Amino acid sequence: MMLEVETRHRLGGFSVDAAFSSEGGVTALFGRSGSGKTTLINIIAGLLRPDSARILLDDDIIVDSAQGIFMSPHRRRFGYVFQEPRLFPHLSVRRNLTYGRWFAGRKDVGQSFDRIIDLLGVEPLLERSPANLSGGEKQRIAIGRALLSNPRLLLMDEPLAALDDARKAEILPYLERLRDETRIPIVYVSHSVSEVARLANRVIAIENGRVTASGDAASILSLSSLSPMIGKREAGAVIDGIIEADDDEPRLTVIRARNTLFRVPKIPHPTGNALRLHIAARDVMLATRRPEDLSALNIIAGTIVDIGSEAEGAIDVRVDCGGNIIVSRITVFSGERLGLTIGKPVHLVIKSVALDP
Amino acid sequence: MHLDWLALSDAEWTAIRLSLRVSSVAMLVSLPFGIMVAMLLARGRFWGKSIVNGLVHLPLILPPVVTGYLLLIFFGRRGPIGSFLEETIGLVFSFRWTGAALACAIMGFPLMVRSIRLSIEAVDRKLEQAASTLGAGPIWVFLTITLPLIIPGVIAGMILAFAKAMGEFGATITFVSNIPGETQTLSAAIYTFTQVPGGDAGAMRLTIVSIVISMAALMVSELLAGLAARRVERA
Repeated sequence: MMLEVETRHRLGGFSVDAAFSSEGGVTALFGRSGSGKTTLINIIAGLLRPDSARILLDDDIIVDSAQGIFMSPHRRRFGYVFQEPRLFPHLSVRRNLTYGRWFAGRKDVGQSFDRIIDLLGVEPLLERSPANLSGGEKQRIAIGRALLSNPRLLLMDEPLAALDDARKAEILPYLERLRDETRIPIVYVSHSVSEVARLANRVIAIENGRVTASGDAASILSLSSLSPMIGKREAGAVIDGIIEADDDEPRLTVIRARNTLFRVPKIPHPTGNALRLHIAARDVMLATRRPEDLSALNIIAGTIVDIGSEAEGAIDVRVDCGGNIIVSRITVFSGERLGLTIGKPVHLVIKSVALDP
Repeated sequence: MHLDWLALSDAEWTAIRLSLRVSSVAMLVSLPFGIMVAMLLARGRFWGKSIVNGLVHLPLILPPVVTGYLLLIFFGRRGPIGSFLEETIGLVFSFRWTGAALACAIMGFPLMVRSIRLSIEAVDRKLEQAASTLGAGPIWVFLTITLPLIIPGVIAGMILAFAKAMGEFGATITFVSNIPGETQTLSAAIYTFTQVPGGDAGAMRLTIVSIVISMAALMVSELLAGLAARRVERA
């Protein structure tokens, strides 16, 4: 599957001028609020008719303004999960879920019904009315409804933004299963580093309606040029790992990234599953000697490869540990006190609870 | 004596049946047009929208006699529309119960359109967008999302149009006169009773009937709208 998007659109004083492509998996459109992400995804969905655009899905021309082609949204078969659930209030949960099936025009959707119900864990809700569901339940139904319309592409516009942290944690595992167990490519709009770090295969950074960077998640999210966009609290490194067989401590999970092992609080995913760790720079301490008698479980040896320039009294120190680049944000004062220079061996200290994925 | 006072004569029953038939036909036939015009006024963006809006509301503000006279001119046997309809599909309005239904439909139309238009404007268009991304074309979106959501407003509009038709007098009597058994509706029959000596008892009987019918219509509409609203609670 190959999605190619190229569009220009003017809305009052704001304009979007962006081009990107996606080859399946989860492609995140990542940027701050007001950067034009939602405009872009609405153009892809066909809910907004752009001034000019060329959108292709494989060999199918979705929009081509040069040729005057504009496929209407209901013919595109792009599932869309909005920020708010937008469930139909006059239909039961079951009929909300099966709404798209009327139009999908394929018989095999019936078999996938049970699988998607199971994937999202919504079996007990089927006969209820949408009015009686919690925010997290509604959003799960909205995701199921989009999936059951048999989409060629799934668009998600900050599907977790309206939910509190507990509800986010409730839905994220379902999105991961969705990514891993279905083959539907996903375009995922978000401003949250942790969501993007956890879900995306590929990240398109958007600022002011323009694409400022694109590439795989780990390399884009650790770009120091994106730091102002990512924000002080969330900036950091993204590490791809695999869940190792549980060690002797059943309350922890061990994640291997290249030759480095990270110990994090217990997570329910099975051994061998790929997992992405987002390590915020402000959660990483540096020591010039290996510290002892600490509560922190992750003490990792590495070498400084880069020291960023000062910003608000702090510096970002990038450390290579066995091929993984981890960023630590420390004060300029600490940096001078420890005499940090490029090439110097250091130990990273990361609390396990800070890595709760 | 007491029973006799309550017993309705054949002529009175005829007027009641005619009124119910005229009002029901007026309400049902104008319903599709009412929904279309309400949709156009609520959603359409076109030149002359305020003129269409004004035309629709005209029967509400014109003297009913004027509306009746205009109907006579255009829909009478010699009128441009009336003669055309008679030649093509054999539909005659003048001095027939169909003409009474037409007059009632025109008089109730603004009330019906107003009620439906307000409910269309209250529909969350984001739901319709969601339906279109699920594969529903514009007609299906209307039938499966918009229409079910505006049902309370549609019912209210129908009842208003029905009640207006039951009470309609001026336009009807001007257009199709007051012929017992053909165009003499409840209101016209009451008027006729008040014009003859000793007609008070008949006028009172029909007045009570008309109050009962109006109250019943109102209660049915409240019931239906309540049921519909319960299904459409905000999600």
